[in-house]
Amino acid sequence: MSVLEVADLTASYRKNKVLHDVSFQVQAGSLTSIVGPNGAGKSTLLKVMLELHPKLSGSVSFFGSTHSKMKKRIGYVPQRGSVDWDFPTNALDVVMMGLYGQVGWLKWPTRSHREKALASLEQMGMADYASRQISQLSGGQQQRVFLARALVQDADLYFMDEPLAGVDAATERAIMTTLKELKNKGKTVMVVHHDLQTVEDYFDHVLLLNRTVVAHGKTKEVFTKDNVYRAYGGTLRWMKEA
Amino acid sequence: MGMLLSANAQWVLFSTLILGMASGMIGCLAYWKRQSLMSDALSHAALPGVVIGFWLIGTKNMPVMIGGAAISALLGALMIQWIRSSSRIKEDTAMGMILSVFFGLGIMMLTIVNRFAGGNQSGLDSFIFGQAASMVRKDVYTMLVLAAIVILVVSLAFKEWKLFLFDPDFARGLGLSRRLMDGIYLAVLVMVIVIGIQAVGVILMAALLIIPAVSARYWTHSFKWMVILSAIFGGGSGMIGTLISTLGIGWPTGPFIVLASSVLFVVSLVFGVEKGLLTKALQIRLQKRELRYAAASGAKGPQRGGEAG
Repeated sequence: MSVLEVADLTASYRKNKVLHDVSFQVQAGSLTSIVGPNGAGKSTLLKVMLELHPKLSGSVSFFGSTHSKMKKRIGYVPQRGSVDWDFPTNALDVVMMGLYGQVGWLKWPTRSHREKALASLEQMGMADYASRQISQLSGGQQQRVFLARALVQDADLYFMDEPLAGVDAATERAIMTTLKELKNKGKTVMVVHHDLQTVEDYFDHVLLLNRTVVAHGKTKEVFTKDNVYRAYGGTLRWMKEA
Repeated sequence: MGMLLSANAQWVLFSTLILGMASGMIGCLAYWKRQSLMSDALSHAALPGVVIGFWLIGTKNMPVMIGGAAISALLGALMIQWIRSSSRIKEDTAMGMILSVFFGLGIMMLTIVNRFAGGNQSGLDSFIFGQAASMVRKDVYTMLVLAAIVILVVSLAFKEWKLFLFDPDFARGLGLSRRLMDGIYLAVLVMVIVIGIQAVGVILMAALLIIPAVSARYWTHSFKWMVILSAIFGGGSGMIGTLISTLGIGWPTGPFIVLASSVLFVVSLVFGVEKGLLTKALQIRLQKRELRYAAASGAKGPQRGGEAG
């Protein structure tokens, strides 16, 4: 069953058209990496799908319905640099934000919400840092807090924008373990990813993007040298000889 | 001191206290929206509305003038938005332009009104530097009600503000409308400004919105406490400034309130327990001493706890 259907999506950023006729479908329980060169529109694609950025044309449907009706089943991990980590709050508080939808607007979170948030931090190996100021966390720890906040939402479909960018090895392992657990639970995850070396190990599906879909499908079938070269054009220096 | 004040002066004092609290709270929102300068632009933009309000009625009628101030401040906000979105001009430039154009317009109209219509007796000048003492009981009530609304809006939706200010994209994903929050924010900001300008004046109103929030930042790492402290600092400065201004006849309130809040800022800058200069210096000294001690006792240096990353 496809949980996400994108058809003929076109969007622009400032004056440049960054996405052109993007169409693809994502099956439930898949772990997909979105890969492409800088400026290929990877982050924009996530933002347009989540209605954080306007689209010019095309359609996006989640679970056969609209974004606004399916909001509760969709989780989002923005780029770490998209927020100000100097904001005065602690790790647990940030994770609690993932529960605000369940808590209800203008209501206060209860003890059970707190426990849920703590459990989620623990899952990311961050239990000891619950009351730590977010400005005092390392980059990897901040990323784990973001992941914990998404986990606590208990969504069915997750979008993550470069969760593995600039994190230490321990965090990368913790995040990948979590992503595989999500997949095993039948959840669907789409991850903007920048490290071509790890695509084959980490993801069962890949979406090669360069303003439009270059290739999309199972990593084994689609992540070929030809396709990667097509996505990256002449800009690619790296490609290990298999 | 309080015993020497007339009943009216006590009311005025109470109203600058609650005004300071309301603006301290809104100031925290502005601080994390990175829009401290916006409050300055909007308070200057309120002046033409005040004068037009007076013009229309012919007397100093608080509700009409507050309404005029609100409309002209909102118009200023809309124009800043419009300039930013329809041209290459950046927001700070747009704010600078609107601020000076609206203020110039206001001063021009004020001069004209003062010349005709016996306006010089109206005390309209007090809107520039503020004259809390010129407020009558009814003005004080208006101020109290509006300030109470502002404080309520921030406290009731506290968790929503925190989410919205920290991560508006994530908030949107949870269904918290950015447009709605922006709208409420602008509404309460304008409300604080228009009730504040009579007491503090259009030029210095921004100080009451900016300085308490910045001062509070030095004392805490919790958003809740930042808002509470900012309210206390704002309320305290409002009260102290008003008290001092009652010492002389015709002394403006605004400058004294600003001076009072500046003193609180300097104290926070130096002594603030979380980010203050003294705290930082002490921490570094303590760490140096630990290092020396560790070296003397033969260890290779302090072991770092936690994971690096």
